[in-house]
Amino acid sequence: MRTIHFQTIVKAVNDLCIQAAYHLPADVLSSLQKSVLTEQSSNGRKILEQCIENANLAVSQHLPICQDTGFAVFFVTMGSELTISGGTLIQAINCGVQKGYREGYLRNSIVNDPLFDRKNTGDNTPAAITLDIVAGDKLSITILPKGGGCENMSALAMLKPSEAKAGVMDFVVNSVTRAGGNPCPPVIVGVGIGGTADKVSCLAKKALLRPVGSSNPDPRYDSLEKEILDRINMCGNGPQGLGGTTTALAVHIETYPCHIASLPVAVNLNCHAARQATVII
Amino acid sequence: MKQISTPFSKDLSSTLRAGDQVLLSGTIFTARDAAHKRLFDLMVKSERLPIDLHNQIIYYTGPTPAHPGKVIGSAGPTTSSRMDKYTPQLIEESGLSGIIGKGNRSDPVIEALKKYQCTYFAAVGGAGALLSMCIKKCEPVLYEDLGPEAIYKLGISEFPLIVAIDCLGNNLYLQEPLKYRKQ
Repeated sequence: MRTIHFQTIVKAVNDLCIQAAYHLPADVLSSLQKSVLTEQSSNGRKILEQCIENANLAVSQHLPICQDTGFAVFFVTMGSELTISGGTLIQAINCGVQKGYREGYLRNSIVNDPLFDRKNTGDNTPAAITLDIVAGDKLSITILPKGGGCENMSALAMLKPSEAKAGVMDFVVNSVTRAGGNPCPPVIVGVGIGGTADKVSCLAKKALLRPVGSSNPDPRYDSLEKEILDRINMCGNGPQGLGGTTTALAVHIETYPCHIASLPVAVNLNCHAARQATVII
Repeated sequence: MKQISTPFSKDLSSTLRAGDQVLLSGTIFTARDAAHKRLFDLMVKSERLPIDLHNQIIYYTGPTPAHPGKVIGSAGPTTSSRMDKYTPQLIEESGLSGIIGKGNRSDPVIEALKKYQCTYFAAVGGAGALLSMCIKKCEPVLYEDLGPEAIYKLGISEFPLIVAIDCLGNNLYLQEPLKYRKQ
């Protein structure tokens, strides 16, 4: 059994919050750069160039890429041969978020009660954490800081199995088209298919973690991703919804077995400032 | 590219057309969800607004905290449609002549833009670092307890904008996608 200390996790999460807010991942930047070459709208190209310049300025001027430094969403896998001394994993992650958002000059965007109080918690906690227990003695922590603008455009449908591939495609394409300029396109489209209503929503968000430009290991879903991406980019919304041919940079699908009566589909969008960072301890 | 300075009169507002690229300089005020709700609650009670917005521009943003020695942190636009409930009455009662945000607006907002010669500008969402470079001054003026949602007075220089919806109701969010739609 391996043991790691609470403070080791706090420090790692602190660093992850800051790294994610200031450094756009290379795969996203490279995809934005490619899209400038193919975008047909001159306004659209100009917007894409501003997105790229913004990501570069964030690093050189030490400013967060976007003022919405997000809900601190975490995907964590913990080896079953690992224990934590000095506190629990969830406490450690929340302490790291508190520290990282303060030391990184990041915006606190969480209110304590969704309906009545809506008072800012003042430290961007609590985080939203999805935990998997796996074999081994490692701890892998990924942060996906999630802005409100793109998260608000999430969609869920419990389709009939008879609606099949066409039903899934229509739902995803319509969800992205209807979102217009709100989620800050060009977006990355996370799609969950299968499971239950709650499981499929988690799959859609998890799909956003796959690097832009990577292929789905299942050739059937790989070709479905490409078909959906082509259809989305025919909708005309373009960068910021102000017209063009680059509405989405990528479509990523995650699947799970489902009930004989069900065909759940969920869409979770990420804006062009698609931030994430991972550490393995 | 048009160079424009505040105060932003309704005469000036009514000369702008959807699609115009604008560099805005002068003074603007931030306000987003929570500040709008407070202003709206006052208007509902027929109370006087605590801020003079006549011929002024509101920017929907909630910036990140400034690093020591810096004016402001990252400060890009937030989604405008969340303010749709409050905007028609605010335009009518405050004399507001310009709004900066991102994304399309509701029909009642567009009717108010037309009726009161108010221009709706889009800034690039997710470009908060880039836009922050154009902000030279920042001081809180109202509702400081709201933190990032307080109303700040910003001094800006050549802030890059696109006229998204003009005073005639021309709307880039409806018109431009049609030019590139292939289905």
